[in-house]
Amino acid sequence: MKFFPLVWATLWRKKTRTIFTLLSIVVAFLLFGLLETVDYAFSHPGGGSNSGADRLITINKYSITLPLQLAQLGDIKSVPGVTAVTWLSWFGAYYQEPKNFVFAEPIDSDSYFKVYNDDYVIADQQMQAFRTTRTGVLVSAALLQKFGWKVGDKVPLHSTIWTQKDGSLDWTFDIVGVLNPKTPELASQQATIFLFHYEMFDEGRNFGKGTVAWFEERIADPAQSAALSNKIDALFANSANETKTQPAKDFALAFLKQLGDIGFILHAILGAVFFTLLFLTGNTMMQSVRERIPELAVLKTLGFGNPTILGLVVGESLLLCGIGALIGLGFSYAALPGLKKLLQGVDLSPDGVTPGFLIAVLFALIVSILPAARAVRLNIIDALASQH
Amino acid sequence: MKEAIVSLRNVGKRYTRGKQQSVHVLDGLNLDIPKGDFVALMGPSGSGKTTLLNLIGGLDKPSSGEITVAGERLDRLGGGALSRWRANHVGFVFQFYNLMPMLSAQRNVELPLLLTKLPAAKRRANALAALTLVGIADRAKHKPNELSGGQAQRVAIARALVADPTILVCDEPTGDLDRKSADEVLHLLQRLNRDYGKSIIMVTHDPKAAEFASRQLHMDKGALTAA
Repeated sequence: MKFFPLVWATLWRKKTRTIFTLLSIVVAFLLFGLLETVDYAFSHPGGGSNSGADRLITINKYSITLPLQLAQLGDIKSVPGVTAVTWLSWFGAYYQEPKNFVFAEPIDSDSYFKVYNDDYVIADQQMQAFRTTRTGVLVSAALLQKFGWKVGDKVPLHSTIWTQKDGSLDWTFDIVGVLNPKTPELASQQATIFLFHYEMFDEGRNFGKGTVAWFEERIADPAQSAALSNKIDALFANSANETKTQPAKDFALAFLKQLGDIGFILHAILGAVFFTLLFLTGNTMMQSVRERIPELAVLKTLGFGNPTILGLVVGESLLLCGIGALIGLGFSYAALPGLKKLLQGVDLSPDGVTPGFLIAVLFALIVSILPAARAVRLNIIDALASQH
Repeated sequence: MKEAIVSLRNVGKRYTRGKQQSVHVLDGLNLDIPKGDFVALMGPSGSGKTTLLNLIGGLDKPSSGEITVAGERLDRLGGGALSRWRANHVGFVFQFYNLMPMLSAQRNVELPLLLTKLPAAKRRANALAALTLVGIADRAKHKPNELSGGQAQRVAIARALVADPTILVCDEPTGDLDRKSADEVLHLLQRLNRDYGKSIIMVTHDPKAAEFASRQLHMDKGALTAA
C-alpha cells in the first residue's frame, strides 16, 4: 500500500491519455456486462429460478415444427409418476402489425391449470368466464397495459400459421380475464402471454386438426424426470409419432440454441473487443513507460530493485484496468433495471461479474508484460545519460 | 589517517562499442577517500570522472579491480544486492535534479523511505525534517515545476539525505544553476559535510564549485593526475 500514492500519481501523469484509455476500458467492460446479461437470459431460461423443475415437455422426436397427435395424450397420462398432462400448439400471432408479437397459445383450460397451478393468480369470476366463453382469452397484465386492452374488449389477432375454414388468418377473441403471474420472474417471462381455448382453435382451423405442438407433463418427483422422460418416449418408439421428452428447462435451452450458439457469438464479440483493447492499452502502457525511462532510472538509482520496479508497472496496469472494469461493470449493473424492461430474463449474476474482474486482472498482466520487462531491463547509466 | 570510506584498487572499466571495439575508460585506478571527506572530482569531458562516480555509487560495476565503499566490496555484489546497498548507503544528487514531476517535493523526498519499514507518518516526518534541513520546508507541497532550479536541487539534496546515507554522490550538482543558486547549494553541501560529517564526492567542471570541497582530484584519460 505504501507504493500506492506513487503508482496513482504515475497513472495520472498524462491525464488526457489516461482518461481516454480508461474510457476505452470502461466501454469494453460495459459491453462485457451488457452481453453477460443477455448471455444469462439465454443460458438461464426461467430466470435461473427452480420453478418448473417438476415439468416435462414432449415434442416430436425429429423436429419441434412437426406435430404430435392429441390421441397420444391417454398413453402419456398412463405413465406412473405423471400427475397431469396438458397440450399446446404454436399460434404465431401478432396484433395489428408484425412488430406487436403476442405469445398466443391454444390451451385446454382444465389440464393447463393443473400443470401450471403454481404460476398464476386468476380471479375466480374471470376463470369461470373463461371456462364458459368459447372465444374467451386470459391475457397477461403486461400485455393488457402494452396495447391498452381491458377485460370485455374484443381483440383480433393475426396468425402467421393457421387459416380458418373461410381462409382468413385473423382470429377474434374476447378478453375475459387477467393472468397475474405469482413471481416477478414469471411476470417477466410471461409478459406477452395470451391463452385461449384449444377446442375453439381446433374446430376453427383449416388443417392440422387433432394435432398438437407439444405436451407438458407435471410429475410427482423432479428427481425422476430423466426416467419418466425415457418411459414416455418408449411408449411411442417406432411409431409414426415418435417423441422426445425432456425437462422444461432443457427444452427451453434447446429451443434457444436453435437460434444459434448465443454464448459463443457473444463471447466472440467480446473476444474481438478485448483483443483490440489489448493493443490499445498495451501501446499506451508502453508509451507511458518509454516516456518515464529517466524517472524509472532514478528510482533504480535510489535503490528500487527490479521486483519493485516490476510491481510498480504491473500495479499501474492493474489499477487502470481494475478501475475501468469496476466502472464498466458498475454501469452495466446500473443499466440492468432498464434492460429488464426491454428483454425478458436478462440479469447480471455473480457468475457473470466474476469473470469480468478476472479478465481485468489477466488483461492488466498481459498489457504490462512488455513495458514491465523494458522497465526492469533498463540500464541506469544509459537511461540517465539519455537526459543530457 | 581516517578510515577510508571509499577504496579502489587497480580498478579498470571498459565498454564495448559496436561489436568489437573495446574502450578503456578507467585503467588501473587506485584511490582512497577518508570518511567525512568532501572531494571534488574534476577533469575534462571524457576523462572518466562520471564513470568513476558511478562505480563508487554502485550504479555500475568495474571490469577489473576491487571497489570497497562503506565496508562493502561492490565488485562482488549482484544486481539486487547492489540495489539494496545503494538504498542503505548512498544519496545521489544529479545535475538535472531528477525529481518525479507528478509528486510534491515532500513525496519526492519520501521516495527512498518507501524502501524502508518506516510507517507513513514517520516517513512524512523524516521527509519534512530533511526539507527543513535544506531550508525549503515551506515548499513541501509544491511540485517540481513550481520550484526554481535552486529550490529543486535542494529538494533533490533532501531526497539524497533523508535515508541518512553513508556517502553523498553528486554529479555536477550545480551544472544547471545560476551562480547564486549554485553557491547556495554548494554552501549547503559544505554544511552537510562539516556539521553532519557526511562524506561527499562531487563531480564538477566548475573550479569555483570545487573550491567548496576539502580536497580536489583531477582526472584525465581515465587516470588520476593530481591530488
